[in-house]
Amino acid sequence: MKILLKLSLPTILASLLVACGGSSNLATSFTQQTAVSYRVTLTNTTAAQPFSPAAIVLHDGSWSTFNLGDPASTELEMLAESGDNSALLAAAENMAGVFNAASGTGDIGPGESESIEVEVTESQTAILSLSLVSMLVNTNDAIAALNRIDISALNPNESMRVNALSYDTGTEANTETAATMPGPAAAGGAQEGFNAARDDVRDSVFVHAGVVTATDGLTTSALSSIHRWDHPAIQIRVERLN
Amino acid sequence: MLINHLGRPATQLSDTTTNSSSTTSTEKNNILKRFIAKSNKYLIASTLSALAPMASAVDFDITIDNITRGLYFTPIAVVAHAANVNLFVSGVSASTELQTMAKTGEIEDLARVLTSSGATMDNNPAAGLLAPGAAATSTLDTINATANTKLSIVAMVLPSNDGFVGLNAVDIPTEPGTYTFYANAYDAGTEANDELRGGGGLNTPGFPVPGPLNPVLGTGGAGVTNTIEGFVHIHRGNLGDTNTAGGISDINSAVQRWLNPVARITVTVR
Repeated sequence: MKILLKLSLPTILASLLVACGGSSNLATSFTQQTAVSYRVTLTNTTAAQPFSPAAIVLHDGSWSTFNLGDPASTELEMLAESGDNSALLAAAENMAGVFNAASGTGDIGPGESESIEVEVTESQTAILSLSLVSMLVNTNDAIAALNRIDISALNPNESMRVNALSYDTGTEANTETAATMPGPAAAGGAQEGFNAARDDVRDSVFVHAGVVTATDGLTTSALSSIHRWDHPAIQIRVERLN
Repeated sequence: MLINHLGRPATQLSDTTTNSSSTTSTEKNNILKRFIAKSNKYLIASTLSALAPMASAVDFDITIDNITRGLYFTPIAVVAHAANVNLFVSGVSASTELQTMAKTGEIEDLARVLTSSGATMDNNPAAGLLAPGAAATSTLDTINATANTKLSIVAMVLPSNDGFVGLNAVDIPTEPGTYTFYANAYDAGTEANDELRGGGGLNTPGFPVPGPLNPVLGTGGAGVTNTIEGFVHIHRGNLGDTNTAGGISDINSAVQRWLNPVARITVTVR
């Protein structure tokens, strides 16, 4: 709603004021005529990697959460190291090209699903892309993400399925220790979340290589073989509801 | 990639060829067709090409991004070729030329055979190794080779005994725009994955160790396996270990493992 008003209010107000003579119900009329809802359903396909609350952004083709091969933003680093999506969502909502953004309500456990609905205006559907980010919390800085997926071809009541790759944000060394991972596998350790230091093999986003785990010889790891995963870590269904 | 070699939909549908300049209604219809066809792209693609003759020549750039944590690519072969040419086929034993590429990193023999088949190439865009996180760009023009409608890209990945990144005969887009493909790592099946340093020759065990890899690899490994698989297949990945002066492998499990895909291929048609 906030986004709808921000983008189009002057034009809409002008036309409705002429037509209705100053109705007190402007926003409601406007929403009924132009809001289009999308439902994004995420399914966690890992064995034992809970996902942090998802950040979902609907935007045009010019915006993106990250660029593969470039350093992650600080906001993305926060999400990838701690699972906290608030900084990323706050930054996105103030950026040109972003139409609307939403957060999931909580963690998504292995095998679980969550549906999140987001609205844009009718005119925005013609140039609409979806981005989505969520942390694999039993890792140092792994995310599953969709990066600028074009969904403009969806007509009302159509849906599509997309699989998300998982990425290493390259912001934290993959020590897999209980001191450095926020997830339940690190219970009993310090479970540090965000730390501004960047100490991985290189400071850029790349496709995740998976975790080694203590089972496979990384003696400092708090993880075991069940925490390994492969792509896709999340399966996503995108439905245009109207 | 649109379709991997097995004819299955790609892992990530964002890999779907997407025209970045999609503003006309025709292009939107094409994108819509792709969505409708998403569970059966192979069939649709065949049908479309049967209905509409392929546009003749294409002038395009190919950017290869190494999207791995710690793998290097040796000199990259970037090849436009005819539909009846394949650099490799999954489940089938590798050609001698592909074997040489996958075991030694040298692409001269492969290029010689492809040249004789009429292929168009712009090889070795990185002028040597392509480091993890780095990118390189080739340019191809098929104006004088209109039969070359397929794009294949191969390069050895290091450290590995005979692993290679492979984009296998995808259709070269003909409409101007930007298209994205993802490429997986394959195992040529021609050498046991012992994961040990070696000379890197065609008939010597182990893998070559060029300069940048020397300090990041271990030594003295006992060797992971003696089994030669015998056919090209999706690589099972490195096992590695955390012992830099012994253990089972000379590969570092915390740095040089991977999960496919290993390369992003961006095709820009002018």
